[in-house]
Amino acid sequence: MISLITKLGDSFLYMVRDLGRMGLFLLSALLGVFSRPFRFRETVRQIRIIGANSFAVIFFISIFTGMVLGLQGYYTLRKFGSEGMLGSAVALSLIRELGPVLTALMVTGRAGSAMCAEIGIMRNTEQIDALECMAVNPFRYLITPKFLATIISLPILTQFFNVIGIAGGYLAGVVLLGVNPGAFYSGIEQSVVNEDINLGIVKSFVFALLVVWICTGRGYFVHILRNAGFGAEGVSRATTQAVVLSSIAVLIWDYLITAIML
Amino acid sequence: MSPAIIEFHNVVKSFGKQRVLDDVSVSFEFGRTTVIGGGSGQGKSVTLKLILGLLAPDSGRILVNGRDITRMKLRELNKVREKFGVLFQGAALLDSMTVFENVALPLRERTKFKSQEIAQRVRQMLAQFNLDGHEDKFPAQLSGGMKKRVGLARALMLQPDIMLFDEPTTGLDPQITMDIYRLFFKSQQQFGYTSIIVSHDIPKVFNLADQVVLLNKGKMVVFSSPEDIPLSSEPQIVSFATETMGHIYSSRKMEHNL
Repeated sequence: MISLITKLGDSFLYMVRDLGRMGLFLLSALLGVFSRPFRFRETVRQIRIIGANSFAVIFFISIFTGMVLGLQGYYTLRKFGSEGMLGSAVALSLIRELGPVLTALMVTGRAGSAMCAEIGIMRNTEQIDALECMAVNPFRYLITPKFLATIISLPILTQFFNVIGIAGGYLAGVVLLGVNPGAFYSGIEQSVVNEDINLGIVKSFVFALLVVWICTGRGYFVHILRNAGFGAEGVSRATTQAVVLSSIAVLIWDYLITAIML
Repeated sequence: MSPAIIEFHNVVKSFGKQRVLDDVSVSFEFGRTTVIGGGSGQGKSVTLKLILGLLAPDSGRILVNGRDITRMKLRELNKVREKFGVLFQGAALLDSMTVFENVALPLRERTKFKSQEIAQRVRQMLAQFNLDGHEDKFPAQLSGGMKKRVGLARALMLQPDIMLFDEPTTGLDPQITMDIYRLFFKSQQQFGYTSIIVSHDIPKVFNLADQVVLLNKGKMVVFSSPEDIPLSSEPQIVSFATETMGHIYSSRKMEHNL
């Protein structure tokens, strides 16, 4: 019994320490924006890696998500004789929910895991120690460009996701199933309001911050993560942990933001 | 006796239940070479990380040039770190950068030199370490010895006052090991830095030492020369010396034979 209580207490203390560490990590990464010299070229390079290079994945996911929505929506709405509302259903689902969430999950899987592994390997091979020894701030040098790049890229990718997804819905609903194109567009025009778009944008910013914070943070602290092990195994476990935690955090915050803003 | 450049005062460092340094007090003198030896897991690399402020001691003070680094803010600590050059065990080159970019990094980050000036200085340093022609290679394309040479070139770019070497010859063959020692000897004569070398390569590395520090069960034992080690009153130190050093020899004489 005492051993169980000891273990629980130990886990609680570890969680508190971990939260504190991650909080300071976030603060240092954000303060890195104001440290000089600013790494403009590295930030642009990261936007290419995290944003532009994720476009192909986002394209395929969004077009098929839109097509599935078009297909499912058509058969559901037909039961009520409301096929004309298909554009509205597809657009609102994408802009308010699926666009931000699926984009964040895709960026987590593609770029977040890579960021975590890259920083974890740099930590294990003493490259981060070397930067500190050269009096180079590792946050400004390594972490902040990734933060900025993700916060810039993810909302833009989300907007691409929405537009391509709506096009997918049009393809399935109008081109393949014969819904009236005028009704499809007018449904979108009448139902989508600024608040819906704002909600999607706020979500994508928050998700970007969560994904980059958790993924870079897990990599940065790979050497002190509990049960992570050492070397390649440690990096592999930290990466898995980063992807799982980011995905859960995105879904939890999706609910919270929706509840607050609706 | 030279003035102390780094001093440990009653330093204690533990990891969980393991006490790695137990009330250690030692000083490293200006312009001299100290070799830190001892078995695996005795805290040799931890000592280097404490000196660099990468780890904080549980208690005690660490003075660099008379200033306590354990109480410094990061900005002050970074000022102190500018005086250090470090050669890591695996060289710790940034693997996404070329040799040229790695060696240029301290100049780009810590000075206001223009890119032409940086390029000139980097090329000079690379030539000094027989690395010309390898500027555009990435660390993954280099041999172990070349990585160490690039690491040493990078560490010396800002002409540090103190050089720390963490296992500089681990994993290298005897020929490359001797090359690294020669480079160390040459660069120390040129730049005049104080050096602290953590190494397993005993007794060969003792040829470079002005002072030897042996770590044993959290305690540091200081010897003014390697020849004094077998004369220690502690049986474990004597046994370590017999196992690793064999017979007593003159380090100065060997040093000149390098």
